[in-house]
Amino acid sequence: MVGAGGVAGAAIPFLVSWQPSALARASGAPVSVDLTKLEPGTMLVAEWRGQPVFVIRQTESSLGGLEKHRDRLADPDSEQPDQPEYARNSQRSLKPEFTVLVGICTHLGCSPKPFFEVQPEPFDAQWQGGFFCPCHGSTFDMVGRVYAGVPAPTNLKVPPHRYLSDDVLVIGEEDAA
Amino acid sequence: MSAIAAWSRSAMDWLNDRLPVTHVWQRHMSKYPAPSRLNFWYYFGMFSMVVLVIQLVSGVWLLMSYNSSTVTGAFSSIEYIMRDVELGWLLRYMHSTGASAFFAVVYLHMLRGLLYGSYRRPRELVWIIGMAIYVVLMAEGFLGYVLPWGQMSYWGAQVIVSLFGAIPVVGEDLVTWIRGDFLISGITLTRFTALHVVLLPLVLIFLVFLHIVALHEVGSGNPDGIDIKRHTDADGVPLDSIPFYPYKVLPNLLATAVFLLVFCVIMFFLPEAGGYFLEHANFEEANPLKTPEHIAPVWYYTPFYAMLRAVTYPLFGIDAKFWGLVVMAAAIAILFIMPWLDRSPVASIRYRSWPSKLALGVFIVSFLLLGYLGVQPVTELYSLLARVGTVLYFSYFVLMPFYTSWEKVKPVPERFE
Repeated sequence: MVGAGGVAGAAIPFLVSWQPSALARASGAPVSVDLTKLEPGTMLVAEWRGQPVFVIRQTESSLGGLEKHRDRLADPDSEQPDQPEYARNSQRSLKPEFTVLVGICTHLGCSPKPFFEVQPEPFDAQWQGGFFCPCHGSTFDMVGRVYAGVPAPTNLKVPPHRYLSDDVLVIGEEDAA
Repeated sequence: MSAIAAWSRSAMDWLNDRLPVTHVWQRHMSKYPAPSRLNFWYYFGMFSMVVLVIQLVSGVWLLMSYNSSTVTGAFSSIEYIMRDVELGWLLRYMHSTGASAFFAVVYLHMLRGLLYGSYRRPRELVWIIGMAIYVVLMAEGFLGYVLPWGQMSYWGAQVIVSLFGAIPVVGEDLVTWIRGDFLISGITLTRFTALHVVLLPLVLIFLVFLHIVALHEVGSGNPDGIDIKRHTDADGVPLDSIPFYPYKVLPNLLATAVFLLVFCVIMFFLPEAGGYFLEHANFEEANPLKTPEHIAPVWYYTPFYAMLRAVTYPLFGIDAKFWGLVVMAAAIAILFIMPWLDRSPVASIRYRSWPSKLALGVFIVSFLLLGYLGVQPVTELYSLLARVGTVLYFSYFVLMPFYTSWEKVKPVPERFE
């Protein structure tokens, strides 16, 4: 018994050393993104904490179509806490025009691809535009809400973000409430 | 007796008093009773030992030029090995071809076990230790694939490590603990290097040692499933056996030569095997912002990967991805309990009737189908096929206690005919 306790105790340093080091914990500063060159119906990819962050500029029609496919979504009203409180609305954003999403599939961490055209796709005959993950076939709509019946369980995450001005977005910081 | 012979004899006596050299040689080679009638299926265990040696030697030599201290250093040191190190390309292709060859011979070795009931009493532990070797080998292959730090290395690691995130409650913390960072990074790379190069090879060698010791304790099986120990001569040597050395060593060496010939053809002429052994996306350095257009694991994982993708329904309020993980883990775990699923009075497929043959055939087809689907992109049709394949794969095991106890079997002869 004492021996087993000793072995368990001796294992602690080996297990603890696998935790993120102080260096790894310290990295991860906010990044700012210039929105002036982002055309409607396109997106850009920013890097924040080593992860891709998608910034999408929506069009009138893509925002208008958000309610059309709500019965096919797993969480159309963003009830799961996958976004900050201020982005818990029908467009999942601070400003309806810009959608900010962590570009990591909530299934197993691949980066989904944009398929913004509303047209039949091999993975979905009634495709309404959005994101498709090439790894395991999960689909998300234009604002990152997950379709039902795909491997990904939840909507794409919305990172903390705020606007410095109309044209400058900061990812990784929020306005004080 | 000449002076030299007398001297060498006393030298052997001196050695044997201190180390059981002659005893071990006799027990495992010159007096080990190998069944006198075996077929080609019985070579694959030997081949996997040969590949293990190839992997150990080529791996140590690659490590002399590989650099895992930074992520860019890792990727460029592979280019350095391929272009600048004398015959470095050969060492690398030896190791990468060896990885695929390892799984090829291990899969055939395991199929031999299913065909002839090698897992059955009294060889349950031989089978279970062998399964443990297979699991460690899968981990070893995965870790090794991360080291070149190409696009597939990175995104493969991202997907496999994220699998642990599917475990409820502790998942997310576990993933961070495995990565040692909040994303797959240089920290992850160096720990994977340590595991791939030091820890898992040690475990592997130890398990292979146990596998052989356990096998030699109970004796080798044979394609007829006959217990050769039931008919022995006055010295207790089975009548249907021949000493492993020299009678089985020679054919084994010949078969190994043929195997190495095939190995060399692939290593020299088809080292990438059209993207199945070395995937094209891995010639590009890892980019954490961009998943390759099409990602698929190396061929030897694809059946399980297809099962993981096939599960898309949440159940009992838990995410579908957790159930995908459960299905994938169960597909491997169920092989461990083979000795207790098989209720047939006979070991070999030769003396069973159509239900067993059909079940094994369906199992092989489902495994190949899932392996094919695992490298293909997801479409609605393929998702459906993957679900069918998963159900067929499991039905082989789940229905086994029933069809093996119901079916009629042919009488097994007392001795080889």
